[in-house]
Amino acid sequence: MTKKIVIDAKGIYYKELNQQIRKFIQKGYTDFELLNVSGQRYIATGLEGDYNFLIKGVAGQDTAAFMRGPYLRIEGNAQDGLGNTMDAGKIVVTGMAGDVLGYAMRGGEIYVRGDVGYRVGIHMKAYQDKLPVIVIGGKAGDFLGEYMAGGILIVLGMFSQDKIAPITGRSLATGIHGGIIYIRDGVPDTQLSFNLKVEEIDEQDSVLIHKYVSNFASELGLDAEEIMDARFIRIRPKSHRPYGNLYVPN
Amino acid sequence: MLDCGLVKSKCRKKFLKSKYIYTGVRALLYQSIVQNYHDFVVERNLDLCINCRVCERQCSYLVHYWDENRQRVMHDSSKCVGCHRCEALCPTGAIVIKRNPSQFRENSHWKPWFLKNVYKQAEQGGVLLSGMGNPQPYPIYWDHLLLDASQVTNPSIDPLREPMELRTYLGSKPDALEFVERDNKVNLKTKLSPQIKLNYPIMFSAMSYGSINFNLHIAMAKAATELGIVYNTGEGGLHPDLYKYGPNTIIQVASGRFGVHKDYLNAGCGIEIKIGQGAKPGIGGHLPGEKVDAGVSLTRMIPIGSDALSPAPHHDIYSIEDLRQLIYALKEATEYRVPVSVKIAAVHNAAAIASGIVRAGADIVAIDGFRGGTGAAPTMIRDNVGIPAELALAAIDQRLRDEGVRNKASIVIAGGIRCSADVVKAIALGADAVYIGSAVLVAVGCTMCQRCYTGKCPWGIATNVPALARRQNPEIAKRKLVNLVRSWGHEIEEMLGGMGLNSIESLRGNREKLRAVGLSEIELDILKIKPAGR
Repeated sequence: MTKKIVIDAKGIYYKELNQQIRKFIQKGYTDFELLNVSGQRYIATGLEGDYNFLIKGVAGQDTAAFMRGPYLRIEGNAQDGLGNTMDAGKIVVTGMAGDVLGYAMRGGEIYVRGDVGYRVGIHMKAYQDKLPVIVIGGKAGDFLGEYMAGGILIVLGMFSQDKIAPITGRSLATGIHGGIIYIRDGVPDTQLSFNLKVEEIDEQDSVLIHKYVSNFASELGLDAEEIMDARFIRIRPKSHRPYGNLYVPN
Repeated sequence: MLDCGLVKSKCRKKFLKSKYIYTGVRALLYQSIVQNYHDFVVERNLDLCINCRVCERQCSYLVHYWDENRQRVMHDSSKCVGCHRCEALCPTGAIVIKRNPSQFRENSHWKPWFLKNVYKQAEQGGVLLSGMGNPQPYPIYWDHLLLDASQVTNPSIDPLREPMELRTYLGSKPDALEFVERDNKVNLKTKLSPQIKLNYPIMFSAMSYGSINFNLHIAMAKAATELGIVYNTGEGGLHPDLYKYGPNTIIQVASGRFGVHKDYLNAGCGIEIKIGQGAKPGIGGHLPGEKVDAGVSLTRMIPIGSDALSPAPHHDIYSIEDLRQLIYALKEATEYRVPVSVKIAAVHNAAAIASGIVRAGADIVAIDGFRGGTGAAPTMIRDNVGIPAELALAAIDQRLRDEGVRNKASIVIAGGIRCSADVVKAIALGADAVYIGSAVLVAVGCTMCQRCYTGKCPWGIATNVPALARRQNPEIAKRKLVNLVRSWGHEIEEMLGGMGLNSIESLRGNREKLRAVGLSEIELDILKIKPAGR
């Protein structure tokens, strides 16, 4: 049974807002609509369970950090650190998201319609049935997927506000040792470092991309087939042990 | 398989029986220049040796072996790392491990250490790797500090007869206390921040499950619980079986975020953000896939056999403001129930950084000096980066006092605390408590051979190989740790009593109780202590 509450976050400090949310959860509320959110931090941080959040405005730093389970729909933009070390759940952003999106994320899904900042998906990791997925509708900044150890990053480059920037920035996936990055329409060679294996996708990849692009499209009211109607490339690490031969015992 | 010409068939045969194919035939092949420049030699007294083969079974580096032809135990000193396991367990005392007496021509600049390292790197082309803390002959300031004692003008206290307070609380303290009086009762009005309660000002330092094995994690958890202190999980997550020791556990969050999730964050009595480590400031960690077995995989939440790479920085922390963001993310995730510690390596600007950490909202600042141990560090980093814990501690305590924020956070010092006198000196220099790591390992047998990164520790410490890890019995190891901390506690009480103090609180930052020998005026100024005789 769902129990819904609307909270107007205007002028409320983040500590108080989050305390209010926790109190409502104790009272059995499951669905939250937060209005006029203007950068309040840590909404749904460390939250576990089956909850739904509709956040209208700008979600602040480290929203949904360490989150396990809830569904967040952010109608607006999200600041840095969205889904930091997230364990499970789903986040949809109708606008853009800032830096370090999905840092060290272990599970769950994040869908961002527009552009994302720097250091997105750093050290994403998969474990057993946990597979973190980030779909970015726009473009991504530098260091996308650095140290990536598992999971899936899909960059579409379609809904960007930046007409000039390449689809991903420099130092793409440096130190990657697991996981897959898919990029629609490819990525300029200048953005690729020596440790990456760049290939055309196969049938299996196509199925996987279609699954998450369909989720992305249905969450954001877009046409999945139109998004799929392009060439995708797949980026994986050349070695799963990039530093295996680095050392000499002394 | 080596192709060794005429002896090939014999060699094959030997290989089937044992692993020692190199013996006797290696001279025919390409031989590494460092092959015979090994650091240690095994001396076996043949009069005492009874060929029982204990040494062979104990040595995980395959130094000792059974020679079928000679019908006796032989050894290959070139493989010896100097761990002394065979010597310790030889039932007849027939084995002595010695430094290799082979001498290069004297050269005070090009010491053998440098020659051997160049040979190795020229041959293999890699980064030199070491374990444990900085072993180089830099000054040890603990050894230049002397403690005071009462004579005539104030009485010393006998801790065997009088109460002596070692209890320590770690966490942010209020600027002032307010009380309310109602119905003839006085109650505290000020809301106190969460604290970690310690019966001794000593904690077991962060050593991850993975770098050391599960038996020792059980031992640390049980010992900490029995002693009323805490141990630190390190960055390898927490095994489900150890959640029950949560009240005596600090859980660590490092850049790799291994095994970090909601339950983990809420499992302990404190959270530590690991920024840096004294043995390798500025460097991340690489736990090789070979060490990631089923248990390690479970706590780190990464697939079995995959490398666990911890990036050098936290990629969500590029500034003090970012640090504040993570500190409060952790506080929100734990609903402000536990104090948050931030651990940094002692580096040049440690005092300014510590000030920033306190202002970022940390309840505890932990500083790890350059003697601090590690399971693996690039040798050049271990031996050349960072500063002594003693100087960093004094500078940080002074800085926080000068800025009027010393009460906002406790200071914990780590990195080469060897005895209870080091603990007392650290507290007089301004620490609230100390972390001991290397001392914990020594307590259970470590001989500091510095080969932790091989994963073959013959003492069963820095290894996850089941046959080796079994050498540490959790109950016996726990008893040793309890004994160590209790005995240090007694010694601390004796030293306090001698100074006429009956509480560790009265010693904290009390530099009047310290005098220095053999230090320069600048060093005295940094430590803010007087020379002996003044």
